[in-house]
Amino acid sequence: MEQLSGGDMIVRALEDEGVEYIFGYPGGAALHIYDSIFKANSVPHILVRHEQAAAHAADGYARATGKPGVVLVTSGPGATNAITGIATAYMDSIPMVVISGQVQSHLIGEDAFQETDMVGISRPIVKHSFMVQRTEDIPSIIKKAFYIATTGRPGPVVVDVPKDLTHPEHKFDYEYPESVSMRSYQPSTKGHSGQVRKAARLLLNAKRPVIYAGGGVIQGEGSELLTQLARKLNYPVTNTLMGLGAYPATDRQFLGMLGMHGFYEANMAMHHSDVILAVGARFDDRVTNTVSKFCPGAKIIHIDVDPASIAKIVPVDVPIVGPVTTVLKDLDAQIDQQQASSERTMPDAEAIADWWSQIDNWRAAHGLWHGRRYGESDLIMPQDAITALYEATNGEAYVTSDVGQHQMFAAQYYKFDYPRRWINSGGLGTMGFGLPAAMGIKLAMPDAEVACVTGEGSIQMNIQELSTCAQYNVPVKIVNLRNNYLGMVKQWQDMQYDSRYSESHYASSLPDFVKLAEAYGHVGMEIKDKADLEPAIYEAFAMKDKLVFLDIFVEPDEHVYPMHVAPSGAMKDMWLSKTERT
Amino acid sequence: MRRILSVLMENEPGALSRVVGLFSQRGYNIESLNVAPTADNTLSRLTLTTTGDDLKIEQITKHLNKIIDVVKVVDLTEGAHVERDTLLVKVRAEGAQRDEVKRTTDIFRGNIIDVGPATYIVQLTGPIDKLDSFLSALGEAEILEVVRSGVAGMARGEKVLTI
Ligand SMILES: Cc1ncc(C[n+]2csc(CCOP(=O)(O)OP(=O)(O)O)c2C)c(N)n1
Ligand SMILES: [Mg+2]
Repeated sequence: MEQLSGGDMIVRALEDEGVEYIFGYPGGAALHIYDSIFKANSVPHILVRHEQAAAHAADGYARATGKPGVVLVTSGPGATNAITGIATAYMDSIPMVVISGQVQSHLIGEDAFQETDMVGISRPIVKHSFMVQRTEDIPSIIKKAFYIATTGRPGPVVVDVPKDLTHPEHKFDYEYPESVSMRSYQPSTKGHSGQVRKAARLLLNAKRPVIYAGGGVIQGEGSELLTQLARKLNYPVTNTLMGLGAYPATDRQFLGMLGMHGFYEANMAMHHSDVILAVGARFDDRVTNTVSKFCPGAKIIHIDVDPASIAKIVPVDVPIVGPVTTVLKDLDAQIDQQQASSERTMPDAEAIADWWSQIDNWRAAHGLWHGRRYGESDLIMPQDAITALYEATNGEAYVTSDVGQHQMFAAQYYKFDYPRRWINSGGLGTMGFGLPAAMGIKLAMPDAEVACVTGEGSIQMNIQELSTCAQYNVPVKIVNLRNNYLGMVKQWQDMQYDSRYSESHYASSLPDFVKLAEAYGHVGMEIKDKADLEPAIYEAFAMKDKLVFLDIFVEPDEHVYPMHVAPSGAMKDMWLSKTERT
Repeated sequence: MRRILSVLMENEPGALSRVVGLFSQRGYNIESLNVAPTADNTLSRLTLTTTGDDLKIEQITKHLNKIIDVVKVVDLTEGAHVERDTLLVKVRAEGAQRDEVKRTTDIFRGNIIDVGPATYIVQLTGPIDKLDSFLSALGEAEILEVVRSGVAGMARGEKVLTI
């Protein structure tokens, strides 16, 4: 059998796993591994400029491709810098394997140079972690790490490797296991058939149904099945922020996003529904508004691969634990069977037609895509910038975002027709996510258009990655909706603190982003005139092999609407503009 | 309501910290905790007492099951079960108190397992309410130190928690 050092084993195992990129940053405890990377010259390594960005880039890669992202960092500060990125992946259930160097085994616990208890620090934000104790275990641990990260409800897995176990002179047998079986980890593969039958019955008897689809539909590759099911039943669908693209946005049955900044028609339909089919969604507080007032007349069917997500927030009538694909297939078959064996036609066509006419009334009244719902200004309106981006990219780009108003405008006005195209940090809400995530996606899919919608606040949280993009020629397009404020903070301060802008303003100190982009060897464009907006975006996307930083000056006083009335409002209680509420 | 959860988990480093971490992270409380390897020393058995309504216990159970090292979780309080806690208490045992402590210990079927010139260590095993009553029955005696093992429990009859 082949003899390899621990460092070589790690690299070989990644190769055997089919890893396309390692995103990382070297340092003392990881240097044996880095030397193995150099010598093997097999899996390409992307040298980021900050370990947080390594995790976000791997995360973006994973979200867009469905394959696990891989991160390599050194001990101590390298490991702690990666923490925000790992937490971001954890909150959105993204498959990721993080390999961290650790000080030598005999120094652990002695406050050695660059020692940090990575397994301890990351414990609440990982699906699982391993501390390697014997070099011989490396192949099986890495196999398990990938298996755990990608199956069941996906998530990040940390593998912490003491430096002495990667020493080039200590070689052991290497064989990469073909399969894993763990008695303590057996994710569910199929939903309970009795529950599926109940769910079909409930769905077919609904008069005011809504399908509420979340990120789990995308992660679980269930979009196609969900779309078929919804079309067959002619039921309306709303996607969560994480689920955008799970159901095609331009389809007639799509109600838009729901939740805090969700569409009027989506939130109204949820509130007034009699049956909710929740798939891969988790009743997040950014969706439900006040839980005790959540959808009072609705019976709830909840499909999720993670039993702990079910009935965590709201009581559920029909829980179904299982992967979305198999459960949706079974549900579809059950529906066919119940329809065939029933004497009356199900669903009740008349009830569903009435429900649709109600929904159409809501759309006509305040639907974001059924009329212009925002004001005018001498400056560019941020919503118009997103629409221009949508047009210029034919609605087909991979769009990452940071966190703030720009994120919500992108979610509302870019109509995502496909899964895995909308890439944002929904759970943790991490500013600084957008650029490194876009980088990971563009590396995975060099021919795809990749845009990062950001704000001047967020982009500065990982702006150093412009250098990484220069090194590896990663021509993403950065769409900076520059409102000169921490806009979302300002909006809350307008609404709740009498416009006292405590620490949310920095206009006088912002860099010249055009020059900054140029300093890194990229192209910068400043856009202030409305007339320039569309041509500039087209021009930027025409520069296929250039990273273009579009610094778009937008109206600073604009707010994101609808917005749930809080505290103590229900789904249906929304601000529709600065002055108008439901 | 008080619950006793029995958890079978891999006897791996870090496994216990994941269980304990779950409780602090999600704001559940642990009243007592007992953990040791089983006859199969690749497995540890952990018994944990906590309080909560059905919903909360369901949530705790689900989250425990999600921990990769956890093999099985059972709520013992759902069925007939036995539970035992062991108490060691060091008491001042001088003069009249010396006999008094001995008498109380006998009544509770405890054992004096260490005899010092002026102290006893008493060992008592039983359900927690018995241990509590013993401590209050010691009455006048000066309690110097108390340690309890935490509840360990098992389902009665044929039911077995194994893999
Ligand atoms: C790392 C991090 N720190 C703080 C916040 C809180 N936060 C949410 S949105 C926001 C403002 C973002 O400003 P900008 O990037 O300019 O976007 P805008 O809202 O102006 O579009 C802040 C500070 C956060 N989400 N992430
Ligand atoms: Mg801003």
